[in-house]
Amino acid sequence: MASPQTNGDLWLKDLTKTFGDFAAVDHIDLHIPQGSFFALLGPSGCGKTTTLRMIAGLEEPTSGKVLIGDLDITYAKAYDRPVNTVFQNYALFPHMDIFENIAFGLRRRNVSDLDKKVKDVLELIQLSHLARRKPAQLSGGQQQRVALARAIVNQPAVLLLDEPLGALDLKLRREMQVELKRIQMEVGLTFIHVTHDQEEAMSMADTIAVMNNGVVEQLGAPLDLYERPATQFVASFLGQTNTLQGTVVGPDGDFTVVDTACGRLRLPRTELTGSVALGVRPEKIEFAQTAVSGVPDGANVVEGVVTDASFIGVSTQYIVRLRNEQEIAVFEQNLLFGRRALVGDQVTLFWDPRHSFALAAQ
Amino acid sequence: MNAPVVPVPAAGVQAVRSTKAGTRRRWTPYLLLLPGLLWLGIFFIIPLASLLMQSLQTPVPNGLAGQFQQTWRFQNYIDTLSQPNFYNAMIRSFTYSFIATVLALLIAYPLAYAIALRAGRAKPLLLVLVVAPFFVSFILRTIAWKQVLGAEGPVVSTLQALHLVQQNFTIYPSSAAVIAGLTYNFLPFMTLPIFASLDRLDTRLVEAANDLYAGNLVAFRKVTLPLTMPGVVAGTLLTFIPASGDYINSELLGGSVNTTMIGKVIDSRFLVLSDYPAASVLSFTLMSIILAAVWLYVRKAGTEELV
Ligand SMILES: Nc1ncnc2c1ncn2[C@@H]1O[C@H](COP(=O)(O)OP(=O)(O)OP(=O)(O)O)[C@@H](O)[C@H]1O
Ligand SMILES: [Mg+2]
Repeated sequence: MASPQTNGDLWLKDLTKTFGDFAAVDHIDLHIPQGSFFALLGPSGCGKTTTLRMIAGLEEPTSGKVLIGDLDITYAKAYDRPVNTVFQNYALFPHMDIFENIAFGLRRRNVSDLDKKVKDVLELIQLSHLARRKPAQLSGGQQQRVALARAIVNQPAVLLLDEPLGALDLKLRREMQVELKRIQMEVGLTFIHVTHDQEEAMSMADTIAVMNNGVVEQLGAPLDLYERPATQFVASFLGQTNTLQGTVVGPDGDFTVVDTACGRLRLPRTELTGSVALGVRPEKIEFAQTAVSGVPDGANVVEGVVTDASFIGVSTQYIVRLRNEQEIAVFEQNLLFGRRALVGDQVTLFWDPRHSFALAAQ
Repeated sequence: MNAPVVPVPAAGVQAVRSTKAGTRRRWTPYLLLLPGLLWLGIFFIIPLASLLMQSLQTPVPNGLAGQFQQTWRFQNYIDTLSQPNFYNAMIRSFTYSFIATVLALLIAYPLAYAIALRAGRAKPLLLVLVVAPFFVSFILRTIAWKQVLGAEGPVVSTLQALHLVQQNFTIYPSSAAVIAGLTYNFLPFMTLPIFASLDRLDTRLVEAANDLYAGNLVAFRKVTLPLTMPGVVAGTLLTFIPASGDYINSELLGGSVNTTMIGKVIDSRFLVLSDYPAASVLSFTLMSIILAAVWLYVRKAGTEELV
């Protein structure tokens, strides 16, 4: 076990896994502080499960290191690591009842107080009354909670969750997200949660690593990733984004001015030069009353024609065709009675330049 | 359901039709079972009853050899089973068969494991090899074992060349040769069901066990083995039951009174000595013991006590 000073932070150092000549995980570096809720987010096949399996010891890395504190566990056997996994498909033992499933890890290590520990965790997941059922007699959500209990009862330094909510319907999924978050706060373990649902990652995690093609594209707090995506991929993976191609003109105070086909627009100071893409989220864009009034000073302004409007309850989603024939999305909260604009209307749009971000042009 | 306010004729028709369909559905399983039940009745129950009756017959007074009458003499059982050469053959059969079953299990499990989980693309080929012996008749294969285990055969000459045994050492004929023959002949019956259950095994469960601090041996004992127990039970039954009644192996590879199995005794009582009651007593006893043993075994295996 790591001593308290070196603590239980997890480090992945230059971790790589290749299958044949295909790199499933390509030189990843990550530092995951003890007790944090960390999400690995990425599209199917980007290497999330492979990364987890290397942390769990179920897959041997081609190169690189896995450390907990300063304990090198790269080549430690799965059963020697203070790491437990909640598997993508739960992998509950079908021949054992719920109690025995949860007790499995404790029994292997001859932990004292086994009975009490299992009962406590059964209470935590609110399934005490089903302790003697077999896994096949539980609903999907209940099985998921048992899989979670079976892992956390061991108090591992790191808990790996591989899309544990993937098989659940939306409502149960939301409930379980809240529950998972509550349990993580209660037990204070390091959670690494793999998902390809961006909302799930953003609502639960302290830190998100967005993966694509075996590499980490960007790492940060949910808000930072959403408001300041560093790449086109991150911008489009975390919610919807409009991008306008342009050229950097030069700095202007805290901003950088970009020349686009729709006029000069500003975005927070960037190091990028030459060709760039200016990004802005659809919900940041507002309609001006008229072309001349109602636009605050210093706002980015563009003009266009509404080509589509769809009402979806909390908001209305508009498609606006700009001067350069590019179409952008605009979401307006339904604060007014009636429509903000109708299809065919000539409109003026504006947004606070602090809501734009620069992406390297493709 | 009970009292519709306005009886609607259409609904009534519907109801009648669905009742008819219901009746048909209720009888369908039995109809489907019928051929099987008939088969069982004609070829199993009736012969079994006649066997039981025959075991309670006595010779016709002053009759010819092979003439018996139904006298319901239960003393037949005591008389027959108390003869040493009979009960010895019975005990020997079960001992041979038990040892052969254990050996076959020890060989078949690793074999099936390797084929199911480690063979990769060679899997179908290896499976064919497991059943390949069936392309040659049972008798021929057993005779071949005479050569294999014989004085000039590869086993003995290899052992002699390695100076592990003396020059006059023989394996065949002996109890060991009989057991070797039984083990060999029934190996596919053990291997195939175990293979089937290992092939179905979800190996992610083994990974989960590893993840939960179980070393490979513990993971095997706690997860792989219990989950493949149905295959083991099927395999051991398919080996033990026919091996207990088999006498080709003991005849061809044992060949002395000290290796005679019960099948041979029954065979000669029936076909050579025409002692039908004694043969029936032995057959019936053999079957009852096997049934009882199987029942106990399956009950234990079912409650995972064997693991
Ligand atoms: N054993 C293997 N042999 C060959 N290629 C593999 C193996 N395991 C994974 N891969 C490949 O590595 C890549 C990453 O797989 P991985 O399972 O890590 O994806 P993932 O991000 O977990 O995807 P998902 O969200 O669909 O679960 C995939 O392209 C996959 O085809
Ligand atoms: Mg995966």
